[in-house]
Amino acid sequence: MEICRQSEALEIRELDPFLAELLRQIPESVNPKDSPAAEERLFSAPASAEEQEFRAEWKVYVVPELRRLFQSATEIVRQDLEQLHCTKKPFANCTLRIPLAHADAWLNALNQARLAIAASYNFTENELCDHFRSPFGSRRDLGLFQVNFYGFLQEFILRETSACPDEG
Amino acid sequence: MSGRRRADEAENALQEIGVAVIAQGAVETPTEKKEASAKDEIQAPWNVVVHNDPVNLMTYVTMVFQRVFGYPRERAERHMLEVHHNGRSILWSGMRERAELYVQQLHAHLLLATIEKAA
Repeated sequence: MEICRQSEALEIRELDPFLAELLRQIPESVNPKDSPAAEERLFSAPASAEEQEFRAEWKVYVVPELRRLFQSATEIVRQDLEQLHCTKKPFANCTLRIPLAHADAWLNALNQARLAIAASYNFTENELCDHFRSPFGSRRDLGLFQVNFYGFLQEFILRETSACPDEG
Repeated sequence: MSGRRRADEAENALQEIGVAVIAQGAVETPTEKKEASAKDEIQAPWNVVVHNDPVNLMTYVTMVFQRVFGYPRERAERHMLEVHHNGRSILWSGMRERAELYVQQLHAHLLLATIEKAA
């Protein structure tokens, strides 16, 4: 896999089928419906339990707006990922082009996915810091790899967009 | 605060982020915010607190602090490291309504943030 910055886009080239599949799973990974822990993390409380009224209002008025924002970011990512469905040969490496204008949506969706997966599997801080963990033996191990792989992409996007002169 | 007003403020806060997205994440100059925040701080002491989260990347958290509060990189990094080492950092203090808006923006970036009464 090779990642580089083109003028108005980020390109991930030579993306092998396994990593392409992990990317295709981003929109699915951000949906925390089956995981109360993930839902709780993505929509965390804005104050301590003493602030009952504020927390209740937050759930009614703010959480739906946040949900809409997150879904909007995920939809942009989903559309970009359509490129990965166009491969003529099923097991060939492919290229994904992320327009720079979509960088924030990608950062948001990748973060949603990382947080939701980490909350679902209840990863410890030690596990999250263990970048030399052996290859997968379980769905949980794969989840940890996803969190790290998505984090790697986030780092790259952050580095490339912060290097953009018109972004301060 | 009425529910309708809170809904409007939520929408406005998220629109602010939308504008930042369109503007390619340009960091606002902190001068105006500093003036406004100085006035707010006198009126009512509420803290915006960000809590440690082992998943969010340090570089991402720094970028969010720069965008939401208009802090320069050095100050944003200092807060990020305080969160990392101490488990929490007070990012801003001032009027409650402004603090709530900041928390909304931080939640929109998926950070663990709360408001709390200043001691």
